[in-house]
Amino acid sequence: MRARTIRRRGPTGEHRLSLLFLAPSLIIFTIFVFYPLGRTFYLSTMGTDIIGRANKFVGLDNFAAMFGDPGFFKALGTTALFVLFTVVPGVVGGLAVVLLLESRIRGQRMFRTVFALPFAFSVATASVIFALIYNPAVGMANGVLSHLGVDRIGWLTEPDLALISISITTVWMTLGYNVLVLSAGVGAIPVEVVEAARLDGATGWRLHGRITVPMLSPQLFFLIVISTIHALQSFGQIHILTKGGPDGATSTLVYWIYEKAFSYGSSDFGTASAAAIVLLVVVLVCTGIQFGVLERRVHYR
Amino acid sequence: MSAPSTASSAVSKAVVYLVLVVCALPVLFPLYYAFVGGIMTPGDLASYPPNLVPTAIDLGNYSSAMETIPLARQYLNSAIQTGIVTVCQLASSVLAAYAFAFLRMWAKTAMFGLFMVTLMVPWEAIILPNYLLISDLGLTKGPLTYLGLTLPFLAHAFGTFLLRQSFLQFPLEVRDAAVMDGCGHLRFLWRILLPLSKPAIAAVGVYVFMTTWNQYFWPLILGNDDQYKTLQIGVSMLNDAESSSPTLILAGVTLALLPTLALVVFGQRFIIRGLTSGAVK
Repeated sequence: MRARTIRRRGPTGEHRLSLLFLAPSLIIFTIFVFYPLGRTFYLSTMGTDIIGRANKFVGLDNFAAMFGDPGFFKALGTTALFVLFTVVPGVVGGLAVVLLLESRIRGQRMFRTVFALPFAFSVATASVIFALIYNPAVGMANGVLSHLGVDRIGWLTEPDLALISISITTVWMTLGYNVLVLSAGVGAIPVEVVEAARLDGATGWRLHGRITVPMLSPQLFFLIVISTIHALQSFGQIHILTKGGPDGATSTLVYWIYEKAFSYGSSDFGTASAAAIVLLVVVLVCTGIQFGVLERRVHYR
Repeated sequence: MSAPSTASSAVSKAVVYLVLVVCALPVLFPLYYAFVGGIMTPGDLASYPPNLVPTAIDLGNYSSAMETIPLARQYLNSAIQTGIVTVCQLASSVLAAYAFAFLRMWAKTAMFGLFMVTLMVPWEAIILPNYLLISDLGLTKGPLTYLGLTLPFLAHAFGTFLLRQSFLQFPLEVRDAAVMDGCGHLRFLWRILLPLSKPAIAAVGVYVFMTTWNQYFWPLILGNDDQYKTLQIGVSMLNDAESSSPTLILAGVTLALLPTLALVVFGQRFIIRGLTSGAVK
């Protein structure tokens, strides 16, 4: 019976069937991506009452309020620093680990698993552990330093240090992912290329510099873009470790949005939505760069 | 082929090992800290400088942690949330990927672009209107919280793209032969395609499981009742409530960590496949 229905389906039937198969995804995307996307723009032009309900059209007032707020620019600067402090060490560190693992050593798999382990941590579990490590009174970080005769440090309470401490946590969390991606990239390098270079006398770091790293450039590029986007979206580690403090020193763009919308007494969804549009634009630019470059790479083939 | 076995290469190998071990220590330390700290006596970690090696083993931390925060209940919540999202997202992705890979479709390129666009929108940029929508629907209260937690994530373009990629490699002759034998689309999908696509399904499944289990921002703003908060939120609540008892917090962290840790240790190849599909062709 079923077979006949299928065979009877002409092209029109197949079109309909494909729409049916797409329907679950399309419905979810419409309700939870496209509609909220439109509503973000709508909210950014609306004033809100005390519980965050849009109540009147205010034009670009929310944007004016946002750009008039020194805290917003501080958050943008903090976000840029956070990207710098996490993306560069994360990608360079991941590359260093993978190149070391490529030295034809025993226990390669074991080391790779070790370096991939932080990937199992959620932002909450990792941040809670680091909150304890950074704890000024009973934390391990100061405990180790005390053995070296160094005084206690306020890892999360010194304005100049807090963002770096959060960045260390973030790099620790993302290193495993970078190692996995780069390891897979190394595995995809054709054996002949490496062997040819070896026959030409390239060994060790020269081989890496001439062959491995250039061959990994697509993965490195991918990681730089993806880590930048992830850093831009980071929230949990800031919420758990510092709540944006001390004195706003670790309040990034996303955290600024959260505070505008959800922190005590503030339900300013209008200004928060204006900032969300800024976040959207920044992330879209990063994604655009990624697609642009990948597109070109495909053309070169 | 023949590795030069000179003294210098032996030395450089030793240096590589040394550097790797030195790098591995700080990477492993937080894990060690969670597992060992969770079974230490409170005094061991409360002293300054704290002990690195337990002087005695205290499993009471686990029960104390569970008394402070309803962690067992929140474990269940996380399991329900992750189970629903993983199963539904797999189902919606399989169907969409099948349509993209095997079926004729009106405006296929445009549809594909539409899916692509959803991947580019950062969740944090649309989290406010989603929150308003979910709370307007009353899905932040009681058991309905499960719906609020899961509804926005029942479909995701990532899985669709990865599965489509895998389906496209399926030999068309086999499919045509199956259809000639009177095999309908659903039967072909269920009986032939899915069993042969297990690695790709597993890759998507593991990825969705991990990202859902580890969610923080969405469950944080959604839950107002402790009984319906997820484990991740519970662990951070434990941190806020008991900041002076590290052993208790670490016991809670260890509990939250176990499922994903098991996946990373035993399912690494699926994770690699899922996570690197964007980076490696």
